[in-house]
Amino acid sequence: MTPSPLLPSGGATVRAVNDEFHGDLLEVSMGPHHPSTHGVFRMVVTLDGERITKLKPVLGYLHRNHEKIGEATSYLASMPYTDRLDYLNAMTNNWAYALAVERLGGLAVPERAEYLRVILAELSRLQNHVCLAGFLLQDTGASGTPLMYAFREREKILDLFESLSGSRMMCNFQRFGGCRTDASPAWLAQVSSLVGGFGRFLDEFEELITGNEILMARTQGVGVLKGPAAVSAGITGPMLRAAGVGYDIRKVDGYGLYPRFSFRVPIGAHGDTYDRYMIRILEMRESIGILEQALRDIPAGPIMDPKAKLRGFRPKPGESYGRIEGPKGEIGFYLISDGSANPYRYRVRPPSFVNLTVLEDLCLGHTIADSVVILGSIDIVLGEVDR
Amino acid sequence: MESTDQICSRILSRLPGAEVSVLQNPGPAAQHSLLVGRQSVVEVATFLRDDPELRLDYCSNVTGVDWPEKVIVEVAKVSTPDPAGGAPKVTEMKTERVQPGYLEVVYHLYSVALRHGPVILRTRTAGRDAPAAVPSLTPVWRSAEFQEREIFDLFGVVFENHPDLRRILMWDGFKDHPMRRDYVEPEDYEWEPTPHGDLVEKAKKARAQAGGTPG
Repeated sequence: MTPSPLLPSGGATVRAVNDEFHGDLLEVSMGPHHPSTHGVFRMVVTLDGERITKLKPVLGYLHRNHEKIGEATSYLASMPYTDRLDYLNAMTNNWAYALAVERLGGLAVPERAEYLRVILAELSRLQNHVCLAGFLLQDTGASGTPLMYAFREREKILDLFESLSGSRMMCNFQRFGGCRTDASPAWLAQVSSLVGGFGRFLDEFEELITGNEILMARTQGVGVLKGPAAVSAGITGPMLRAAGVGYDIRKVDGYGLYPRFSFRVPIGAHGDTYDRYMIRILEMRESIGILEQALRDIPAGPIMDPKAKLRGFRPKPGESYGRIEGPKGEIGFYLISDGSANPYRYRVRPPSFVNLTVLEDLCLGHTIADSVVILGSIDIVLGEVDR
Repeated sequence: MESTDQICSRILSRLPGAEVSVLQNPGPAAQHSLLVGRQSVVEVATFLRDDPELRLDYCSNVTGVDWPEKVIVEVAKVSTPDPAGGAPKVTEMKTERVQPGYLEVVYHLYSVALRHGPVILRTRTAGRDAPAAVPSLTPVWRSAEFQEREIFDLFGVVFENHPDLRRILMWDGFKDHPMRRDYVEPEDYEWEPTPHGDLVEKAKKARAQAGGTPG
């Protein structure tokens, strides 16, 4: 520990005002109502001066026992509830749940519906990552402008979601065995024009931000996470890839139609907060490529499996685990059926909850201001953490 | 990747004393699981993680399942020959068997290094009431840390050797385990006494004496 400037090592004795407290640790409770915690989340931080020596996350302020609700309702009725988990990414939550139910009931999905799912999931990834970049900059102190630039683009994607599903954020769009409504050619043309312009927006955003000296100073070397530690702690998504582990469930499981698309998986070299920011920017560029391929190749046809029975769906006894690469990481659903209309067990594997495991490790030794930036780069949504 | 049966026989050949069996999944998903006894779960988990052909280094999902006590009624038909020489008399014999309840912990394992999975690992507690304990697998896979805390909180499974076993989603003073099948929600669990309780009671009495409606 560095000696206190108030207690000189030699010469005249200067008595500091509160010198009996020097060397003591200070426990600060950050949150639950704090703008930098991205919701109602609390960190009990033990500080030595400004340095963090201990950090314990306190969760559960938004806990509503989502899983119990899922066990008390039918398979179809849980679909709109999944929107409320990670409320930025209703489309991917829906897809993960639909995938688990499809495996449980042995349902097939028509090709056009699979294409629509890919399009919507990648649009979802774009708006999630653009939001994250905006929030992260807000957390580093770049108030307002970058966040608003990001939200301007996000709003365009939410408009597309609204015109297709009727809701900006609570989309309730996927069904087990397909999708709820078909996309019109006009809607697909709108997506095309958005995708066409998104690369230009990213160029502009990066020109403003990526090389910015303050961003680099605040994020490079801050919150370093190494690959083996990340794998053991179950970290998934952009955070894992920033740590240098090339694990993308779109490639590994090849669910949906992802094996048909050519895209690269960006991997970080340092595992710090800057890498986590950069991975998201690079993933957005890959998503644009996937969207272009999907919009070019989407076939005509039905969007629902004719054998799928939405109401009164009673799968045979058994269990299934379905997982997809959500924008925040692996979102999975584990279902056990006992043959009745409600699942016997309904479990959500939330990516942001598990990603919080390493929050303390990332923050130790950094200043309290850095903890805000590190938390921002983990990308949590409390609706999903607390369920 | 090897099938669940192959993995099971390989575990038994390497760890002869381990209690491992395959639990079939009858549904179309056909994700079968390894049912491991409490005593050998840490040993088996470590083997699954370190075996060069499996290398299940990533524990994705950890969850609990509550299986309460179940009464199984078995009907057996017993035919007794008629002494008068007619058709034999068939009577139904009902036997009731009580299957004791237990809590189950399910781990979904994948390999990041070899890109395969899932291998599903299940272990069961002896009963549903204290001590409903299983060994923690957090020392093997750190990703179980928060998820095992969640199971402790919502199901009441005690994980032995967990580094920090506290409630995580419910508040500290909470007593019950809400994800259990037989959980009954209290009528008003947010009620708490305030210093004004006596005053409110007094006001109610006064209003009743005055002939008003009790507020």
